[in-house]
Amino acid sequence: MSLTPDERTHVTTIDTDRRTVEIALDQIKNLVSERALTGETVLLNMGPQHPSTHGVLRLLLELDGENIVSCIPDIGYLHTGIEKNMENKNFEQALVMTDRIDYLNNLGNNLAYCLAIEKLVDLDVPERAQIIRVIIAELQRISSHLVWLATHILDLGATSVMLYAFRDREQILDLFEMVGGQRMMGSYIRPGGVWRDLTDEFIPALRKFINYLPYKLDDYERLLNANPFFIDRTRGTGVITPEAIQRWSLGGPLMRGSGINFDIRKAQPYTGYERFDFDVPLGSNGDVYDRYMVRMGEMRESLRIIRQALRILPDGPFRSEDRKFVPPPRAELGTSMEAVIHHFKLWTEGFKAPQGEVYVRVESPRGELGVYLAGDGGSKPYRVHFRTPSFYNLQAMSEITRGSMLADLVAIVGSADFTLGDCDR
Amino acid sequence: MSDYQSVIESIKAQFPDVVQDVVEFRGEYTLVIEPAKIAEVARFCRDADGLEFTILSDIGGIDYYPDEPRFAVSYVLFSLSQNLTIRLKVYLQEDSPRVPTLTDVYSSAGWPEREVYDMFGVAFEGHPDPRRILMPFDWTGHPLRKDYPLGYEEVQFSFNYDRVKDQKPSPRE
Repeated sequence: MSLTPDERTHVTTIDTDRRTVEIALDQIKNLVSERALTGETVLLNMGPQHPSTHGVLRLLLELDGENIVSCIPDIGYLHTGIEKNMENKNFEQALVMTDRIDYLNNLGNNLAYCLAIEKLVDLDVPERAQIIRVIIAELQRISSHLVWLATHILDLGATSVMLYAFRDREQILDLFEMVGGQRMMGSYIRPGGVWRDLTDEFIPALRKFINYLPYKLDDYERLLNANPFFIDRTRGTGVITPEAIQRWSLGGPLMRGSGINFDIRKAQPYTGYERFDFDVPLGSNGDVYDRYMVRMGEMRESLRIIRQALRILPDGPFRSEDRKFVPPPRAELGTSMEAVIHHFKLWTEGFKAPQGEVYVRVESPRGELGVYLAGDGGSKPYRVHFRTPSFYNLQAMSEITRGSMLADLVAIVGSADFTLGDCDR
Repeated sequence: MSDYQSVIESIKAQFPDVVQDVVEFRGEYTLVIEPAKIAEVARFCRDADGLEFTILSDIGGIDYYPDEPRFAVSYVLFSLSQNLTIRLKVYLQEDSPRVPTLTDVYSSAGWPEREVYDMFGVAFEGHPDPRRILMPFDWTGHPLRKDYPLGYEEVQFSFNYDRVKDQKPSPRE
């Protein structure tokens, strides 16, 4: 059935404000093809409430039969004004908001933000804290990839891997609870180090986990790697060329799946990654299957990094002892006047950052997570901007999905692995 | 840091009057560029041998209210082959913040520029899809401007219970 433009407007304005819909249609007129306006192709809303969009994402699809002519992602449903809020809190208070940006990579966001603060105020981090940070960041990477595996394979129609992967992720959340007191949104990584030292039960539990997970990863690969249904749906689907990767600023597993050997942990090591020996898994075709293989490889490499970190974990302070930035331990307050002064200054006003701006990038599970932080001499960040990988990965979907089948859209969107909290901030 | 010096020298040699200032802070280099020429400079950075800044990492706006020039947009460019990062920065006047779009040079500039427009009201000339991106399309104001109020909810006590209750947003009858 085809509609004239007038009829189409009429159909969509039932029970809505007519003017609003007309403006909305006007704005996307130049994004869809001519055929959509004459009714030759169909405009279809996917989302904002759809199980395969991993959050509140709306994809406006123009379909010619089952082929996607154009795909217009519409974001902002999860916009929470985190950047504005952070400008109105002091540096340490603002830290808790970074957990909420990418809710599958909470502690990784903490890490990026803390690295930016430490660069801005020129604060050194003790060695033990750096190694703890590496352990936490790699655990977070594994847990994020496990959620990706669970939901991606579920989108493709397999239920059992979803249950297995969430079972294993549960153990990582338990480990986070042991160190930081909370399963999610831990705010465990703080400026100058970490919140508190590793607890006694953490190391044995972690050893148990890293000996347990490789066998489970083997299980998943046995289930999927040679599975004809999985291969049919992922091989040759959603191919991204290395040229497109650079043009669209894609990073992380998308970049490495297309064969570009770049990992921020290797190229610009932060928080002591230069001390670890690990490989960067690479794909060659840049399709959904290669991105799957890259992520599976990354989980094994993360386990390798954690194993090395446990071997070299030194004794010593877990947080910087520069009292201009880090509050003194509670025990010192009873005996030291200086400690009381520092405690009071830091918890009422916070530390001050000089005028200047820094950009720090870390390798988040999704790609390059950048923090642009500007100080103005006060105790609040003058401007914080998060360059989030999901934002850029989702942007490129309009080009990557063009010409593919509607059924492949779910596979391609899933393989980009974005979270909408990360995208909208 | 000789790599950075040679990169900055070659950009300066190509655009002697356009590069207004070079700022170094914590090992990061910022080139202040004349706003009208930003697309040309970016294209040169992307294509010239020895630069090859093929990736646009980030576009971030910043509001220096009440100073003038009020707005700035900073572009973080990254070179895969050189493993170098530089920042280009343009300063814009309050009365008409306009800057040419980078979408012709980097496809990925589309959404970040929409975000800067949405949050700061900086117009990007020649942008193919200049809509708001995060806020609703009929929103008034640009939230990340420094003169945009943060907004808060008044705490409800027994002495002001009814007044706060009346002001609370609730579904209309």
